[in-house]
Amino acid sequence: MNKVLRASLIAAGLMTSSVAAHAACGIEGGRVNIIGNEFPAIQTIGAGAVACAGDGVEITANLTKEHKELQVPGLSGDVAEYTVAIVANSSIVPLMSNGLIRPLDDLIAKHGGNFGDNQKITIGGKTMAIGFMANAQHLVYRKDILADAGIEPPTTYEEVLAASKMLKEKGAMKYPFGAAYAAGWGIAQEFNNMFIGMGGEFFKDSTPMPNVNNEKGIATLEMMKAMTTQMNPDFLTLNNNEINAEWKAGNVAMMQMWGSRAGPLLAGEETAPGVAENTVLAGPLTAGGGSIPATTLWWDGFTIATNISDEDAEASYLAMINAIDPSIMNDEVATQAVWMIEGYEPTPASAGVFATINAGAQPYPMIPYNTHLHSALGEELPDFFSGNESAEKTLADVEAAYMVKAREAGVAGL
Amino acid sequence: MLLFIFLPIISVVTQSLHIEHEQVFVEVENCDFFGCKKSTMVDVEATAAIKAEKPLGRFVGLENYFNRSHFASSELAQAWRTTDSFGEFYDQVYNLPLYRAIIFTLVYTFTVTPLLIILGFIIAIAVNSLHQRLKGLVIFFSLLPMIVTPLIGSLILFWMIDSRGIIGSFLQQFFNDPDLSLKASTPLMWITLMVYGVWHSAPFAFVIFYAGLQTLPQDTLESAMIDGASRWERIRYVVIPHIAPLVTFVALIQLMDNFRVLEPIVGFNASAHATSLSSNILNDLGGESQLFASAATTSVITILGVVVLLSPVLYRTWRDWDRKV
Repeated sequence: MNKVLRASLIAAGLMTSSVAAHAACGIEGGRVNIIGNEFPAIQTIGAGAVACAGDGVEITANLTKEHKELQVPGLSGDVAEYTVAIVANSSIVPLMSNGLIRPLDDLIAKHGGNFGDNQKITIGGKTMAIGFMANAQHLVYRKDILADAGIEPPTTYEEVLAASKMLKEKGAMKYPFGAAYAAGWGIAQEFNNMFIGMGGEFFKDSTPMPNVNNEKGIATLEMMKAMTTQMNPDFLTLNNNEINAEWKAGNVAMMQMWGSRAGPLLAGEETAPGVAENTVLAGPLTAGGGSIPATTLWWDGFTIATNISDEDAEASYLAMINAIDPSIMNDEVATQAVWMIEGYEPTPASAGVFATINAGAQPYPMIPYNTHLHSALGEELPDFFSGNESAEKTLADVEAAYMVKAREAGVAGL
Repeated sequence: MLLFIFLPIISVVTQSLHIEHEQVFVEVENCDFFGCKKSTMVDVEATAAIKAEKPLGRFVGLENYFNRSHFASSELAQAWRTTDSFGEFYDQVYNLPLYRAIIFTLVYTFTVTPLLIILGFIIAIAVNSLHQRLKGLVIFFSLLPMIVTPLIGSLILFWMIDSRGIIGSFLQQFFNDPDLSLKASTPLMWITLMVYGVWHSAPFAFVIFYAGLQTLPQDTLESAMIDGASRWERIRYVVIPHIAPLVTFVALIQLMDNFRVLEPIVGFNASAHATSLSSNILNDLGGESQLFASAATTSVITILGVVVLLSPVLYRTWRDWDRKV
């Protein structure tokens, strides 16, 4: 009831504000249809764009978890269904590979926009997207539990492991560490993080040949396996939502979590007493004595479809520029993300992501064939963690599975 | 028939014989908030030109069928050469995605189908002997597992069997093993999935058998009673022969259904321990790297599997029908 009421109020608000906003957006005509993910920050952006509708300008947004499946088909075709795709550094790659998004330089030259040069995402010298927020996975810990046990806040995986063993021995907690190790995308992403932290390179000298079956890959798997001894034994089935629920229930003392999910953890709704006020967002962890943080940096930004009329492209650009204008910033919006928008004052919820950026973490690799390696990792790693096979065998399987997928998808030279 | 069955099959077979054209790569510099980096990208124009010439992709014959994701001929041959015992060879085979899926799918199908037929039959006999007034209520409750959407049903159970959930912690207490986790061990996960499968499908068998019981020839039953047949003998020699055609029907439908097992694997997040042919197809189609040819190949293999699986039952039905005519 409450949600329905709120949604209708927002809708009503948008309808009345659209007339007033029309002049501000400067759209003369055309069609705007947005596809994107559905977390709160993206919803704010979507609502900002929809607010430009009115006087023959139709603006709609489809913000959904299934955005990855819909993006490529939705932007293909002679006239694309969606004119705008809100993407991250992984999901821009399939759009780029199929030529479905257009360079924005002409539109920027013609209409300008209230954003900084650092927000332009350029690929081969062309601006392909305009970014508005950053994201990363980083350590979150409970300061009360660590302080009670006399443990300094950890900065490396080795320290987390030692701290966790200590908490376990003292009986403070059964499974002190949490991370989204669910089979599939999640465990593959944790492998990516740790592998980067160990100083690994995913591909051999910028060829599409995989490069994970080596000492660094083995060290990565062994470190991850050591961490799983400190996790809920169901770890292969637990995603971010379940790990967050465990955190809120007070069952976990340290976890690896996304910055974009930090706001609700600090707000403390539906949380056991004493958890939220003791939740600290720390920086990234390192591993194996390396100095590169064992995590990846992510950005979110908007792109505009190739297969639409220039009028629609202009309308889309103007609506999106309006949505990421610095004037959207207020107290509530500020807590939703680490915004790359001018005038954003970091809130406590952003501490972890900023610490990760400052620690020199690497961005998630924007390479066309990386998606196949990610999916091969997601399928083959669980065998190692359920104790069925050795690290070498698993990594050999990962590379073999990757080769088949990449060849089928048309990666050259395989 | 032509539009909805024949054409899709033709399309799937065609797709399974092709793979994507080779992409043309270029080295470019990417810049974002976090700095600039040299990276490989697809040269869109050059790749599109190749695609325009041959939109179906590269024809590769049966390559998709024999690569590692499917029948894995070379991996299989190598495993045969390098292993000494059957156990080792089995481990190698189980490690290959298609065989792993087939093994689970077959074990699931051939465990769940007979069990659900037996359970459905027992429920039908039990309900049939209830007092007339109770029947309606009991039938309604017995049907609930089938009414609940499979995905929702398995999600609910997923939480209940969690090591902190109601069933999970009961089992820990019962076996006095605080580390017992249904989700962490492959055999326990398989058992859970099969118990779920029986739970979900038994009502279907029950309804069919219950309907069959309403047409039981009362004369035969009564004369059997006069002859001194026990309850078990009546079931064995009167009831079972009477509903035997229905058993064939239920087996036919359930073999097909169970062979396409998918929802419990998704609902239980069980892909680490169990994969099926359908979950492999879903995996290929989902996410950012959509592998249509691989999915098409697995689909063709599934269709062949269903045909092989159903051939004895279909043959029997055809023979019975032929005899009656």
